[in-house]
Amino acid sequence: MKKLPDRRGYFGDWGGAFVPETLMGPLGELESSYRRASRDRGFRTRLGLLLERYVGRPTPLFEARRLTARVGGARLWLKREDLCHTGAHKINNALGQALLAREMGKARVIAETGAGQHGVATATAAALLGLECTVYMGAEDIRRQRPNVVRMRLMGAEVVAVEGGSRTLKDAINEALRDWVTNVRTTHYVLGSVLGPHPYPMMVRDFQAVIGREAIAQFRRIGRGLPEAVVACVGGGSNAAGIFTAFVRYPRVRLVGVEAGGRGPGPGDHAARFAGGAAPGVLHGTRTMILQDADGQVEPTHSVSAGLDYPAVGPEHANWRDHGRVSYTTVDDGAALEAFHLLAETEGIIPALESAHAIAEAARLASGMGPGESVVVNLSGRGDKDLDEVVRLEEGSR
Amino acid sequence: MSRLRGAFRSAARQDRAAFVPYITAGDPTLEATLGLALALERAGADVLELGVPFSDPIADGPTNQRAAERALAAGATLAGVLEIAAEIRRRTSLALVLFTYANPVVRLGIESFAERAASAGVDGVLFTDVPAEEMPRFRPALRRAGLDPVMLVTPTSSAERMRAAARIGGGFLYLVSRTGVTGAARELDRELAANVETARRASKLPVAVGFGISTPDQVAAVAALADGVVVGSAIVNVIAGEGDTDELPGVVERFAAPLAQACRRRP
Repeated sequence: MKKLPDRRGYFGDWGGAFVPETLMGPLGELESSYRRASRDRGFRTRLGLLLERYVGRPTPLFEARRLTARVGGARLWLKREDLCHTGAHKINNALGQALLAREMGKARVIAETGAGQHGVATATAAALLGLECTVYMGAEDIRRQRPNVVRMRLMGAEVVAVEGGSRTLKDAINEALRDWVTNVRTTHYVLGSVLGPHPYPMMVRDFQAVIGREAIAQFRRIGRGLPEAVVACVGGGSNAAGIFTAFVRYPRVRLVGVEAGGRGPGPGDHAARFAGGAAPGVLHGTRTMILQDADGQVEPTHSVSAGLDYPAVGPEHANWRDHGRVSYTTVDDGAALEAFHLLAETEGIIPALESAHAIAEAARLASGMGPGESVVVNLSGRGDKDLDEVVRLEEGSR
Repeated sequence: MSRLRGAFRSAARQDRAAFVPYITAGDPTLEATLGLALALERAGADVLELGVPFSDPIADGPTNQRAAERALAAGATLAGVLEIAAEIRRRTSLALVLFTYANPVVRLGIESFAERAASAGVDGVLFTDVPAEEMPRFRPALRRAGLDPVMLVTPTSSAERMRAAARIGGGFLYLVSRTGVTGAARELDRELAANVETARRASKLPVAVGFGISTPDQVAAVAALADGVVVGSAIVNVIAGEGDTDELPGVVERFAAPLAQACRRRP
């Protein structure tokens, strides 16, 4: 496949920049600053050192032997992004963008957050680099992800509860965009996923692509060539883009994205954009597949995991799906919760509920494969933030 | 000449700026929108901007966000807005501009949207979230249907971007008064006069200024600089305060009349 996006920020028919005119000049500046930085050895060295010494990269590629034994079939490997500082892959991108903000002379950063992981990562990067930080978070997500709110505030970030709309990630992005339109001269918006107007889907993917590059090198080092399959959960799609990007050029590696099946296939009960209920549209600056009604109003979504609870998907995923390069499937709330327990019990690793969706699909996939084959799962985050919510759900269902 | 250009020309002949009120269609109900349009014409409006409610209005401040929520809760749809626009066309001589986000139009299909808007008697379409770069997806269909694509320019638009907007735009050029979302503001941007000048140099189209203009004094200050003055959130606030009552059109007419008066330039 040709290197994407094209000059206008399109991945095939998806992407672009659909934003108020106020943001177009600043997006152009952001793109040229980003392109300059990504060619600049000094910038790359600064980011590389921070990823190594502050984030703790490279993250291990760990063989989950007891999980494999329990599931039966292919060998399961975990790319341990949960071991990154702040507990998820989000820091790879947040640090890159915060460093870029400083290069652009912006003293303030803003971010949206769903599960809270991107908010925590941005607050962390802002504290490290001495930037002012405001994080927008849906009021419903603040309730679900309390510990992350405390973390952000400890690091000096202001956390603003968003009460509009469905009070989740989508509404937090709306509010962050409004802040950015208003304060664009002094502020950089650290968007947390492969979403939004060009150049965000490209830039966030590039900052996350370290995950897949490491995984390939690690897999080769242990003498195994390439895995047969790679599995990642897809909300906006940044951890998936992060691990898939390096594998896309190897057609024999099967790539599987896992969307939130929620409570079931009815409208409003899930966040599965590729399962038939979505239509092409424009949301948050990008042309992509969107869960919406017949009148073009965006529909509410549901997932047990706040990080997957979003009605649109990164435009590059829509393109990978068009070309059949990545297949997308769903895992529902119940199966994700089971996988959450399964990984804790078999490996002593508590996954984020988002990542538990990927574990569930990887286990299903591996059970139909041979013992000589391998499946790599991107374990995008750790589950500490979800403990209260899991306890609440399981006590409620008892 | 298009009805939009005509509205600006006849205002200019009377030595005043065109008065361009904005309301969210369907707030409080689609039926009430017709009464509001009639009231605004009586108050002295030249052009009516009808907002198409959308679930995720990223360019709008709290006032218009709440208006969109009320309209959607009352059942407004793009199809319903087009029906009420046709009714407004039959009953008024206002030039009509639909102010919309891209998604409802993409969902309906741009061809079908343009045909239906034109046959309803709409004159122009303004997309809040479609910059010049993305207009090729929409503009040909609008043009074929005889609709003016109204383009937004802002204080962050370079002269080059303003020229691009002027080149592909029609009807008038909408200059956003400040960096920010819609909503009333206490003071006008200090650089407004310079920004109007830049927009004028970029374009032969009439220039209307909007965002943050809410009082007769502010209207008068802008009318001295520009060809048209847009007042949105201030009127939407009055609608929100009054609610769905029989008095609503009268209340809005009394609020808007001094704003229309303030568009007259003083000697």
